[in-house]
Amino acid sequence: MRRVAIISYGMTKIDRHWNKSIRDLFSEATLKAINKVNIPKIDAIFVGNMCASDLCDQNNIGTVVADHLGMIPIPAYRVEAACGSGGAAILSGFMAVSSGIFDIVIVGGVEKLTDGIGKKATFSLGKAADFEYELFYGITFASLNALIMRRYMEVYKVPREAFADFAVLMHKNGAKNPYAQLQFEINREIVLKSEDIADPIKLYDCAPIGDGAAVVILCPLEDASKYSDSFVEIAGIGGATDTIDIASREDLLLLKSILIAANNAYKMAKVSPSDIDLAEIHDAFTITAALCLEALGFSKRGEFDKLLYDGAFEPGGLIPVNLSGGLKSRGHPVGATGVYQIAEITMQLLGEAEKNQLKDAEIGLAQNMAGVASNSYVTILKRCR
Amino acid sequence: MSVPRYWRNIPQRIRMEALKCKSCGKIIYPPRVKCIYCGKNDFETYIIPEKGRLISFSIIRHPPIGFEYTTPYIVGIIEFDNGLRISSQITDIDIKELKTGMEVEQVFRKVSEDGKSGIIQYAIKFRPIFQNI
Amino acid sequence: MRPIIDVVISGWGSYIPIYRLPVEEVARIWGTSADHIKQELLIYEKSIAGIDEDVATIAVEAAKNSLKRAKINSNELGAVFVGTETKPYAVKPTGTIVAEAIGATPRVLAADFEFACKAGTECLQCCIALVGSNMIKYGMAIGADIAEGAPADPLEYSAGSGGTAIIVGNKNYEKEPVALLEGSVSYVTDTPDFWRRPKENYPSHAEAFTGDPAYFKHTIYAAKLLMEELGLRPSDFKYVVFHQPNGKFPLKAAKILGFNREQIEQGLIVPYIGNLYSGSSMTGFSAILDIAMPGDRILLVSYGSGAGSDAFSFIVQDGIVTKRDNAPKVMDYIKRKKKIDYAIYCKLRGKI
Repeated sequence: MRRVAIISYGMTKIDRHWNKSIRDLFSEATLKAINKVNIPKIDAIFVGNMCASDLCDQNNIGTVVADHLGMIPIPAYRVEAACGSGGAAILSGFMAVSSGIFDIVIVGGVEKLTDGIGKKATFSLGKAADFEYELFYGITFASLNALIMRRYMEVYKVPREAFADFAVLMHKNGAKNPYAQLQFEINREIVLKSEDIADPIKLYDCAPIGDGAAVVILCPLEDASKYSDSFVEIAGIGGATDTIDIASREDLLLLKSILIAANNAYKMAKVSPSDIDLAEIHDAFTITAALCLEALGFSKRGEFDKLLYDGAFEPGGLIPVNLSGGLKSRGHPVGATGVYQIAEITMQLLGEAEKNQLKDAEIGLAQNMAGVASNSYVTILKRCR
Repeated sequence: MSVPRYWRNIPQRIRMEALKCKSCGKIIYPPRVKCIYCGKNDFETYIIPEKGRLISFSIIRHPPIGFEYTTPYIVGIIEFDNGLRISSQITDIDIKELKTGMEVEQVFRKVSEDGKSGIIQYAIKFRPIFQNI
Repeated sequence: MRPIIDVVISGWGSYIPIYRLPVEEVARIWGTSADHIKQELLIYEKSIAGIDEDVATIAVEAAKNSLKRAKINSNELGAVFVGTETKPYAVKPTGTIVAEAIGATPRVLAADFEFACKAGTECLQCCIALVGSNMIKYGMAIGADIAEGAPADPLEYSAGSGGTAIIVGNKNYEKEPVALLEGSVSYVTDTPDFWRRPKENYPSHAEAFTGDPAYFKHTIYAAKLLMEELGLRPSDFKYVVFHQPNGKFPLKAAKILGFNREQIEQGLIVPYIGNLYSGSSMTGFSAILDIAMPGDRILLVSYGSGAGSDAFSFIVQDGIVTKRDNAPKVMDYIKRKKKIDYAIYCKLRGKI
């Protein structure tokens, strides 16, 4: 098994790109990535995407992007794991390069949520959940998280304000990220007074709807210096599944698939949670941030608010979280999010994060998931010198 | 929802047929091929009990397509004595009366319909117990 | 009429939705006098089906309650008939939805009957015949409706939602019979007093014509003919229950036939829940079974527009005592209520 490096990355700003299509966004991100390095060829494309089939009436996304980039006849296909499609695509690319079957591959994610009008987009996004036993009853994706949030607050007595304050932190970071969708700061009152989506979740607990594409280029670690002066290694990667319906979970407040995926990644990278310098986690809702942090081993169960108020998640704290602004502020173009996270960690490890740069970042972790962690991917990147 | 998809799950969604793992005793619902808790595949049919407890709930104010005229409505997770949990709607109750831990019982209700000319989807929802018989 | 094999009631059960629309609310919208309406109709409020309820859902709960009392396995049912004029589907039997939901399929008859408000008792007559001819072991007859009146029509005060299921069994097999059927009479003519054409949302009616030539003629004749055939007089009955389009009609019918207020009181449920149409007389009957004792004789006379009446005489048996408490009673459902206003009523009943 070969070791795998990321030699370049490219991202579009996340926004409601009315004037850009899947082809446009993916190509924009890809060209940004390609133009930074000197690569002789590209062997394959793995593209994460969730909703194109519903919202753009388009399947066969791999072909669509390979065609538009003028890269036919290389193999290209869509990887789908709902909102974890990006992370799953990274895993696909990693397996392709480490196995030796391909050398240089593009791994990207792209999403055009605004090609679906309002309700159509949320309906399509909801399909991460169990249609027959959850969506059938009119249970929306937001309400699944709301059910868990209510339970969490009752069991651990964590106050509602803590979740609002996490969203505030996300915006504080995202305001400094030129790629972010919502580049403005907010305060606690804005969150708590925002519209009810599914009690107790409010609008400002939720990631926004937006479009975007992110791309990274993978190659064997041993070849990386041929193509670029700066690169990182995918030191560890893990994936796991859990029950698709949340009612069947053994422990409603444990995102077990993240725990398992993370343990596999930590083992492969030979690190533990305390070695991680920064993390990009999947805060689709403020409650999921709390649960992800716990499952990753960064917080004890039910204590995420203690760490939040200790400043643990800010630069200089125990584990700076979502310096990009996270899903809440940077945005969540679902199929692309997992790749955005990888690009952002890479950017930090290479010292290219500008206003959000964390000093001396050596080891970063990205965690991406589908639904309420029914399908999770954890990737650990190490800076290479 | 397509006719075959609705009809196929009538035993599960209307007669509440679940599976009981003969090996570890846990109840599997929705049904699976192998027990997700112990990995064995030796099951017997198990009918979900009529009464349970509401362990969490949420109020849908932004309904998905097809549920617009029933808003606001209540969704919840119901837990039974044997540890089984399922998701469904809670009906016949005012939002302000909802309390986690309250006892609820099964009722057969309409869930949605495919417009004015499509089929009606029925399933089991839950309401507050009004009699302990 | 009496089948060759004696039939009994093995179980019974009702269901009434939780919502109530008071007469005051309807009167408020249309500028009529609530006191006047209450006096005229003897109705105070009516039950309204919730937004997730229809005849199938009402029938299923009534059916499950009747099975709890009958203490039989649902697959022993040879028939599940639903009498209603507010079918969820114009074409597709409600009976199969109910039969499947309660686990009575596939060896079962399951059609929907229509005879305005007597569709439920028509189902009962057929179940009696099927059980009494030994074709089936148990038959379930359901009368249920969620009928509505057109906006500003007098029926808006009275058309209510609810239903009842009665399980008929074979006297020779039933170990705990609830009541024994002594006999029945059906009296039917073509009398167009109340009707609904296919594409109309609400029914039409011939106002005063629905009285003497319709309701009273058929109700009185059916009751008189039955009592004659069985050699009975009004004083032989402990309870009598009629179809209840309002409170006044059944009280008048009782008076004409020679029954007193005490005999009719228990089954007179229309003041609290309105006219349940196919569920009306059967639910009144259910309310009587909720308290009747072995030896009591009950006269049940339904009426359906179009028009006709089914009259039945039952004698309560010992089984009623042990079976009665196995399911919620009509009074329990009547007491379980939430008041709504006209706007919510419009939302629930799809008037907007």
